[in-house]
Amino acid sequence: MEQAAPDPERLWQPAPLEPLSHPDAGLESMVGEETKGARDEGPGDGTMTENNFSLKKIEISVSEAEKRTGRNAMNMQETYTAYLIETRSVEHNDGQSVLTDSLWRRYSEFELLRNYLLVYYPHIVVPPLPEKRAEFVWHKLSADNMDPDFVERRRIGLENFLLRVASHPILCRDKIFYLFLTQEGNWKETVNETGFQLKADSRLKALNATFRVKNPDKRFIELKHYSDELQSVISHLLRVRARVADRLYGVYKVHGNYGRVFSEWSAIEKEMGDGLQSAGHHMDVYASSIDDILEDEEHYADQLKEYLFYAEALRAVCRKHELMQYDLEMAAQDLASKKQQCEELATGTVRTFSLKGMTTKLFGQETPEQREARIKMLEEQIKEGEQQLKSKNLEGREFVRNAWADIERFKEQKNHDLKEALISYAVMQISMCKKGIQVWTNAKECFSKM
Amino acid sequence: MGKLGEAGLAATAGPARTLGMEGECRASQARSWGLPAGGAGGDSPGGDAPLPGSISSSSLLQAEVLDLDEDEDDLEVFSKDASLMDMNSFSPLMPTSPLSMINQVKFEDEPDLKDLFITVDEPESHVTTIETFITYRIITKTSRGEFDSSEFEVRRRYQDFLWLKEKLEEAHPTLIIPPLPEKFIVKGMVERFNDDFIETRRKALHKFLNRIADHPTLTFNEDFKIFLTAQASEFSSHKKQGPGLLSRMGQSVRAVALSMRGVKSRPEEFMEMNNFIEIFSQKINLIDKISQRIYKEEREYLDEMKEYGPIHILWSASEEDLADTLKSVASCIDKCCKATEKRMSGFSEALLPVVHEYALYSEMLMAVMKRRDQIQAELDSKVEALTSKKADTDLLTEEIGKLEDKVECANNALKADWERWKQNMQNDIKSAFTNMAEENILYYEQVTLFECSISDMMKTMKNSI
Repeated sequence: MEQAAPDPERLWQPAPLEPLSHPDAGLESMVGEETKGARDEGPGDGTMTENNFSLKKIEISVSEAEKRTGRNAMNMQETYTAYLIETRSVEHNDGQSVLTDSLWRRYSEFELLRNYLLVYYPHIVVPPLPEKRAEFVWHKLSADNMDPDFVERRRIGLENFLLRVASHPILCRDKIFYLFLTQEGNWKETVNETGFQLKADSRLKALNATFRVKNPDKRFIELKHYSDELQSVISHLLRVRARVADRLYGVYKVHGNYGRVFSEWSAIEKEMGDGLQSAGHHMDVYASSIDDILEDEEHYADQLKEYLFYAEALRAVCRKHELMQYDLEMAAQDLASKKQQCEELATGTVRTFSLKGMTTKLFGQETPEQREARIKMLEEQIKEGEQQLKSKNLEGREFVRNAWADIERFKEQKNHDLKEALISYAVMQISMCKKGIQVWTNAKECFSKM
Repeated sequence: MGKLGEAGLAATAGPARTLGMEGECRASQARSWGLPAGGAGGDSPGGDAPLPGSISSSSLLQAEVLDLDEDEDDLEVFSKDASLMDMNSFSPLMPTSPLSMINQVKFEDEPDLKDLFITVDEPESHVTTIETFITYRIITKTSRGEFDSSEFEVRRRYQDFLWLKEKLEEAHPTLIIPPLPEKFIVKGMVERFNDDFIETRRKALHKFLNRIADHPTLTFNEDFKIFLTAQASEFSSHKKQGPGLLSRMGQSVRAVALSMRGVKSRPEEFMEMNNFIEIFSQKINLIDKISQRIYKEEREYLDEMKEYGPIHILWSASEEDLADTLKSVASCIDKCCKATEKRMSGFSEALLPVVHEYALYSEMLMAVMKRRDQIQAELDSKVEALTSKKADTDLLTEEIGKLEDKVECANNALKADWERWKQNMQNDIKSAFTNMAEENILYYEQVTLFECSISDMMKTMKNSI
């Protein structure tokens, strides 16, 4: 299925009143297609456009993970994990799904995809990837990237990422994303051919803009503060949660020692023996129950982590705004100074310092022809500048409008998802308590029979 | 109150071992929880017992290191020679057969027939120029005729309790004397005047006296009565009576010599008993350690949880829609903390002291076995002397006769007391662990309630948006 790639060039030219998404799609129809949240158990749904812009429902799943060895860029052998991505199209009528595509991708390719999306959709809060390295570990979890539990959780995280992108009204239409799901070979080359790396704003430039921008939209300032707070509070929460998990693990596991000792003790007891022995068994059950409990809690932690990383995505949008705003301010400043210069040349008064003026004073006046030439040049530059300023202004306003729309969408998603996560956390606690009641009731019965 | 959380590894300082070995054993070091070779008695062949000549230097050295709070009692002179008695002469009832003792056990342990009530409370610090120490108030209420009055109030310090225990061991070498709480805890610096330590000790001392009061024989011991009733000056002069250092040292030399011969033939039932005691001692000490560890882990879990809740409040400050949800999660976590605290306090009230007392009991049991073995060894050595015709046969035969009686009395006393002790142990352990299970069930039930109400609330909030 060949489709013309969405022309990246179009996004960068001053375009009057055109949304930054695909030119032919209205935002409304995409929103209407919005599907359910990305936290489904099974493969999720998404909508995709094809070359005829007929909307088709698809299911995406990251179904397997496999260890591979290969050679890297420096021709050294390395081990990495590859993930199987399966795409199914769902027939509208009977709901049955047919496997349409299946390919293997590794984490670095996901990163490439995301970096591309960040560059081409700077006004979108781009969904984050699951963490590259295991953080917020407590002692039981290994920080090893090859650890099967980590790989499993990462597989789920990657699937979640794809579902988020697929269910985003704008991102789901992206050609590169589509190719990511369908074109195994050559995809990397295709992405690199877009030249997106060149288009990325340099970090330095962004930093400079953040410091020097004079008049950014207040909402973005607030949003930046919010994302800083969100990041700080969630990482604090995750750290303490990991410590709580660690301690809880200790409490449960030490009880396991009772099991062993009771059993040994029961050997010398006549009347107490049976009770001790069976109570000891329940202590063992208690001690081993914590493993499943804490594994469930890891999923909760992963849900929080996603929003921790989302905070960075929010900041990226803010940074882009600051950059554009700064750019605009610089252009306006430049234009103003040129106008000033022009005026001075025309009227002969020198109010502002200029090198030309200085050298003129030192080395003699310039000729009227020279002056005329300069005025002419400046007038041309001013005309160009005015046009550029107008389009930058438009771009800026467009950006703010679209970004804010996505931010509102994001806020709703966040509130919904976090509430669900907190509810599921409470449900997990309840299930843990139920197990506890059962074990201790059994143990109590054994003790009372001693 | 009474939290043992910071106690860590409890020391099992050797109790007064045999007659006259006090000076040395007072300075014996707190060991690790495991069963050390040679047992708590420490005077097994090749074991921890230093020779008499080295007693004073080693005990002095250890006194400095371990910061003793007791006077050097070895310097006091005792006039009583208790080596041939195993019953207190003032005891009105002198059961001679195990059967009568068992009947007595059942009779005496009825709660409504209890006629001696003791409480230990009000620890108070006393500062003198030489030392600082703690005394405890002991109140006794009784309806017994042999007591001059029906109510007594005295103050005693730990050292006095130690004296009482030693006197009881002297008078009843093969009865199972209840254990005293340790002198000091290994871990930590100035533990003696720490509130938790004092409270734990007070409770243990209270238990100690009540165990004696409930014991069918020990409850009528004269030294016990004096301990409960005598005022300060009368008490200190009474303490000074008894066999002096030299006679006690003489006895200890004999005891060492005897124990070096080893026990030739322990009767079958005592072999079984000894085997039980060895294994029980191992297991109960392990359980003590495990229980202390659980408490410690719970305490640390609680500390983390206390930090966990407030973070949600912090978060709620930067949220709008989520604020209420987060705040209710925080309050739920807070309630869980309170439930955890309750569980911990129940644990430290019911389980920890019981398990720890029985860990200390295991040392007493080993000491009792040793003492019984020694009494038998005395007989055996005399019998050997007779068969090798080394000394005056008539005198020997007479001595042997007396010793045979002594051995029989000792064995019977131990057998009866053993049954009683085992029964008590079973009941105490059973109720302590049943209680622990109940506390856990209650805890989980409470937390379930909290979490259910939270999740219901959150679900309704979600739906209403």
